[in-house]
Amino acid sequence: MAYSRSDVDALLPLPLATFHILIALAHEDRHGYAIMLDVAKRTDGELRLSPGTLYRSIQRMLEQGLITETNERPAPELDDERRRYYRIAPFGAAAARAETQRMANLVRMARVEGLSPGRA
Amino acid sequence: MRFYRLLLLLYPASFRREYGADMIADFARRRRESSWALLDSAFDVLKNAAAAHWDVLRQDLRYTVRSLKRSRGFAFAAVAVIAIGVGANTAAFSVADFVLFRPLRFPDPNALVRLCWGPRTGGGWGCMNQLSPANYRDYKNMTSSFQAMGAYFGNAVNLVGSGEPQRISGAQVTSDVLPLLGVAPLLGRVFDSTSGGATDARSVVLSYGLWQSQFGGDPRVLGRGVNLNGTPYEVIGVMPPDLYFPTRETKMWTLLLLRDENYTDRSDNYLEAVARLKPGVSMDQARADLNVVAARLARDYPDVNGDAGFSFFAMRDTMSPRYRLMLLALCGASLCILLLTCANLANLLLARAGARERELAVRAALGAGKERLVRQIVTESMVLAVAGGIAGVAIAAAAVPLLSLLVPDTLPVASRPSLDLRVLALAAAITALTGLGFGLLPALRVGGRTGVDLSALREGIGSGGGRKQRLRNVLVAVEVAVSVVLLISSGLLIRAVWRIQSIDPGFVPERVVALRTVLPRPKYDMTQRRVQFYNRVLTDVRALPGVQGAAYITGLPMVMTGRVTGIVIPGREVSAGFRNEVVTVRSVTSQYFRTMGIPLLRGRDIEEGDIRGRANAAVVSESFAEHYWPGADPIGRTFEARGEVRAVVGVVGDVKVRGLERAEEPQLYLSAGQVADTAFINDDPKDLVVRYSGTTAALLPPVRNIVHGADTEQPISNVQTLDDVVAGETATRRAQLRVLGALAAIALLLSGVGIYGLLAFTVAQRSREIGVRLALGAEPSSVARMIVSKAMKLTLLGLVPGVLAAYAAALGMRALLFGVAPADPATILGTVVLVCLMTLAGSLVPVLRAVRVNPMLVLRSE
Repeated sequence: MAYSRSDVDALLPLPLATFHILIALAHEDRHGYAIMLDVAKRTDGELRLSPGTLYRSIQRMLEQGLITETNERPAPELDDERRRYYRIAPFGAAAARAETQRMANLVRMARVEGLSPGRA
Repeated sequence: MRFYRLLLLLYPASFRREYGADMIADFARRRRESSWALLDSAFDVLKNAAAAHWDVLRQDLRYTVRSLKRSRGFAFAAVAVIAIGVGANTAAFSVADFVLFRPLRFPDPNALVRLCWGPRTGGGWGCMNQLSPANYRDYKNMTSSFQAMGAYFGNAVNLVGSGEPQRISGAQVTSDVLPLLGVAPLLGRVFDSTSGGATDARSVVLSYGLWQSQFGGDPRVLGRGVNLNGTPYEVIGVMPPDLYFPTRETKMWTLLLLRDENYTDRSDNYLEAVARLKPGVSMDQARADLNVVAARLARDYPDVNGDAGFSFFAMRDTMSPRYRLMLLALCGASLCILLLTCANLANLLLARAGARERELAVRAALGAGKERLVRQIVTESMVLAVAGGIAGVAIAAAAVPLLSLLVPDTLPVASRPSLDLRVLALAAAITALTGLGFGLLPALRVGGRTGVDLSALREGIGSGGGRKQRLRNVLVAVEVAVSVVLLISSGLLIRAVWRIQSIDPGFVPERVVALRTVLPRPKYDMTQRRVQFYNRVLTDVRALPGVQGAAYITGLPMVMTGRVTGIVIPGREVSAGFRNEVVTVRSVTSQYFRTMGIPLLRGRDIEEGDIRGRANAAVVSESFAEHYWPGADPIGRTFEARGEVRAVVGVVGDVKVRGLERAEEPQLYLSAGQVADTAFINDDPKDLVVRYSGTTAALLPPVRNIVHGADTEQPISNVQTLDDVVAGETATRRAQLRVLGALAAIALLLSGVGIYGLLAFTVAQRSREIGVRLALGAEPSSVARMIVSKAMKLTLLGLVPGVLAAYAAALGMRALLFGVAPADPATILGTVVLVCLMTLAGSLVPVLRAVRVNPMLVLRSE
């Protein structure tokens, strides 16, 4: 799907759940429950996406073209056949990168002003 | 698990279908891990289901906006149609409810009744004439149906304080009146009834409005002195806002004390009575009670009460039946508009459905479920309904002030009704339902099929054409019929107004201005003193450049409509039938008839020499002379009126005293100089009429100076031209006509649009057929004829029932037609011509489009 820089910018800042889902799908296709588990693990249990939040986010991200549903299935022993699997789209990857850049800029600005964590 | 499945039903169906299975699987796992899973999930579902619905709504709204943007014409037409329907109905029913049905703002208002003089035979409406104090006292004391009864009469006083003297409308009321209304004063107290009111003879109760405007709402107003007609009064109370009694104009109340001498003349009618029924007593029981008293009074005082009875009616009904009918006609007209609106909207939506079917089929083919399609269409209908509703409220808000002209000023209510939100909601609901119903049709058809009907995907095939087309035809015929009803009704009413306007009022109103100077008592108790004032003012005014005549009279025709007296002709038996023996009476100065342009037919005018001590002069109207001395010379004849013998010195033309539309009694004019000193103040000449050439603006300042020169404390009020007075006679009718006319014009426009829409759609649908015909050598004129004849058939289909319904409506409002026949041929013919023209106009563009169909293009596209 063709997209432009302005399409990406229009989505920023990404909602927290969206960003986490994109990270969870960055290198692996996953189904919903796997995304939930991955986010929880990555954040040491601090962020637990509820099913409602998760699937609403997925629905919206599908509409926006950030992710796609995939028909490729993982190895049969790992497959849960009832599940739908989601894959990050190039547009989603671009959005995640842009969000990362936005946050990095923010962090840099805060640091310049002496707002690093741990300092008085 | 079952509970969780139930919870999931809260999500939109489309969402559930996509993710339901996954969510259930997730829930199963979570439940194994945590015992709180169910509670957590319940909260989660509640929160996210609402959000998911909102997501869908937003999506649908975006889609709606996009799709309506694509068909702006449709969107605009639909919103306008809804707005007109909702607006017209809300406005009309708000006013009607306010005037006809809403209870008055008194406690237990249905028990409040009014009692006046009326003919013994009954009939008539409202307060036809006043009661004399003696008759009032007898009705009050000899009946047992009333909790309380009080008497009053409206007056106007000169309020002198700081600045310009002011003329204020008020009422003199007996001490029973204010308490029986049941409204407690806002400040202070009302008149004391224990001592028969004697202690409050110099007390005044203010209305809220007067308290605000003249006393700045000062809470320390109680006990303050005011000067009314040169006499000091003390403010003892202030009534709350919204208390209007007896009329909207009443600004203050003073005490009416009836003394023994007031009861002597049983024919001196100047009181109206208001009463409260005892609990459980019906109007009919009270009427029967009153009838017994009336019969007894007729027996005991046959000379005065032989023909006299009473008129008795609920305070709620203090308005003429004409007002009632007028408002009902207005409501009928706006219901017609609502019907028309719905028919038009349905037509618009059906036409759109034709175009839509393909789009919906495509979406269904792409996997949109029935629920999503229906939901989308509901959203679209709602958007149209809300937009139309908002515009409708704006229309209603603008229209209600215009319609407030239809609120009769005799009713004790505020002049301006408020918007009725219930009506608004109802009208909005009806249009929204129409929108929903006809909007959903195509969606249900698509969704109802098990598979997707691919035929709908093909261009150029109109599916489901036959039945829908017939429905649209019927709708257009209904629109034509409704507009015919409205056109004929307003046409008839226009003819009625013309007829009324062409009535000769009996005087020449052009270039006459009137203003009022009420001479206050007791300062002007003596007739001689009043005559001095009149003479001084009249002499100076007549000397002004451009003035052709000036005179004083008790009350202007059509303004003061009452004031009648019984007369006794020597040797003539009192006959039955009240109008025969009662005449309207006015006191005038010299030159009155010349100034008013009333022709002097015989004898002489009232002259300045007709003063007390000389023979009592009387000028009578033509009908007066004709009635009492048919075929004989009336000059020099004598009769008795107001207790004195009068001699006829002149005969003048009749005047429409009671208004253009009402019958009137014969008229009697007495000399202002011969009014008795003790006469009631209402008999005093107080209206100055001046005939002039030039502008009113140039005339008034010198006249004011002259009045001021005669008495510096004398205020001037009620300045008006007689043209305005006569125009005022038809003001309500004209206001009503404007409204009805506007509704009829809207109806004509709407049905024109309906015909246009239908034909345009037909032409578009049949362009292939038309192309083939043209290709086979058909003349464009025959194609045009085909389309116009279709339009004409539909018009005829609507015309016939329309004319019949209009006839029925006209029979219902016959009382408003002033003699114009309900089946007035000119009006019906005019309407038929107008509707046919509208049909031709509506078919013009479709016809042009049809004859311009390019056969080659159409055939190639196949």
